[in-house]
Amino acid sequence: MSGDERFGLDRRVRLAGPLTLDSGAQLAPVEIAYETYGALSADGSNAILICHALTGDQHVASAHPITGKPGWWVRMVGPGKPIDPERHFIVCANVLGSCMGSSGPASLAPDGSPFAMRFPVITIRDMVRAQAMLLDHLGVGTLAAVVGGSMGGMQALEWAATYPGRVRSAVVIASAARHSAQNIAFHEVGRQAIMADPKWRGGDYYAAGDPPAAGLAVARMAAHITYLSEEGLTAKFGRRLQGREAVSFGFDADFQVESYLRHQGISFVERFDANSYLYITRAMDYLDMAEAHGGQLANAFRGTATRFCVVSFTSDWLYPTAESRRIVRALNAAGAQVSFVELESPFGHDAFLLEAPELNRVVDGFLRAVA
Amino acid sequence: MTLRRDLRVIADMVPAGSRVLDVGCGDGALMAALRDEKGVEARGIELAAGDVAAAVARGLSVVQGDADTDLGDYPADAFDVVILSQTLQATREPAKVLDELLRIGRRAIVSFPNFGHWRVRLSILLGGRMPMTAALPVEWYETPNIHLCSIDDFRALAASRGAAIDGARFLSRSRPVSAVFANLLAEQAVFLLRRG
Repeated sequence: MSGDERFGLDRRVRLAGPLTLDSGAQLAPVEIAYETYGALSADGSNAILICHALTGDQHVASAHPITGKPGWWVRMVGPGKPIDPERHFIVCANVLGSCMGSSGPASLAPDGSPFAMRFPVITIRDMVRAQAMLLDHLGVGTLAAVVGGSMGGMQALEWAATYPGRVRSAVVIASAARHSAQNIAFHEVGRQAIMADPKWRGGDYYAAGDPPAAGLAVARMAAHITYLSEEGLTAKFGRRLQGREAVSFGFDADFQVESYLRHQGISFVERFDANSYLYITRAMDYLDMAEAHGGQLANAFRGTATRFCVVSFTSDWLYPTAESRRIVRALNAAGAQVSFVELESPFGHDAFLLEAPELNRVVDGFLRAVA
Repeated sequence: MTLRRDLRVIADMVPAGSRVLDVGCGDGALMAALRDEKGVEARGIELAAGDVAAAVARGLSVVQGDADTDLGDYPADAFDVVILSQTLQATREPAKVLDELLRIGRRAIVSFPNFGHWRVRLSILLGGRMPMTAALPVEWYETPNIHLCSIDDFRALAASRGAAIDGARFLSRSRPVSAVFANLLAEQAVFLLRRG
């Protein structure tokens, strides 16, 4: 496979398409930025697709080109890890609508200027369809596994529902098969923060080179709270003050937690496009796999031969265990082979990205059994 | 790997190639044996997260859940055999659980410690204390066993829920005991039931 330009880090491909979206719109061409690790076995049986979360990217186990930070899932992916390039052919692609090289609102439309809000509204299933096009291009027929946390888990579920014949197993971590009213509500706060920023300019801010950074930072701050837990925030910051002995009787970041959130917001805008944030949060809000299958989530998986592994975390209130149990119940009703475990963690939704030996043990055991 | 004696007795009752749900499957030892020895398609339910992780790491399909609350998730007739080993006495509503077993599965295998065993009787009769035996090793205030019963109690329960007894094995110190004296001499019982 060496010498084949399709494989390796930091790849980009322009696929002719057209890709027909859930909205009815068509997208052509479709650009996808992706990375591959390891080599596809002769019988093609060792391919694993990793799906990233809302603000994630294709750099699952390689340094981020802007921040220089290590890949976002090096605890799960790498030599000696459950997903191992020595054994697996690993693909991770930037989702449709994002801003790390795949087609999204910042991409150029046929008229030569950025799509901005002319980019069609997409769904989680549209992201999955684009990934399927990429796998066709890479010569991958069937996946040994599709693995994802959070929005990545939603894609894994949609993969199993949309292409049951191409997915031998699915690992769904800290995720859900629908967005709840609370999930939508938090996303709407983020979107309104972006659109209320005068620099947003109806989405046409690319030419001015002055994006709605303040609005996007606030969106990130609100969202970041949902990724943590009260317990975690209390342990990390409590009511401790930031670099001062007493409160300032003003509106500086008196508290460490304020300072932390501001930092999260500011560093986020350096690497993410505000319009992409609008489009991807919308895609997540539109997810309701039961509604898409006659009101019964089980119908999405009826007769499936895919094996499922569902994992939740005790302190995750963004996609709580009840949402995972709902998936498991549907899979049982559909007669699917499913494993489920709720793991103990104080770190909230973000637990799936952190050091979690039990998670690695479960995923490793599950994937080895599938192989 | 050798199976615990009571699990071996259960394994012997399961037809090869059948679909089995093991409720309270622990780390999946019985499921793994059934899969490897009899080509059984096994699923499990287990309350303890650590045991679920261990079972999944064995390649088994196990869902973290509770016999009292989660059996309703399974459709009727989903399995050939549903196993409930050493768990009935720890459920909140054993009668309801038994109904669920025989709704989900065409047959059920239920094992439990016999509270009619002579050591148990003697412990209360002579000692005046709650019994602690090999089969019941935990103090009364710490035991998860909130609904202990004797073998005759179980027979009565099965009859009252319309379950037919297709077979039974009784064990004392891992040795077989005849059915006639089982209520007095057996430490453990394994029943094979079907809908009556």
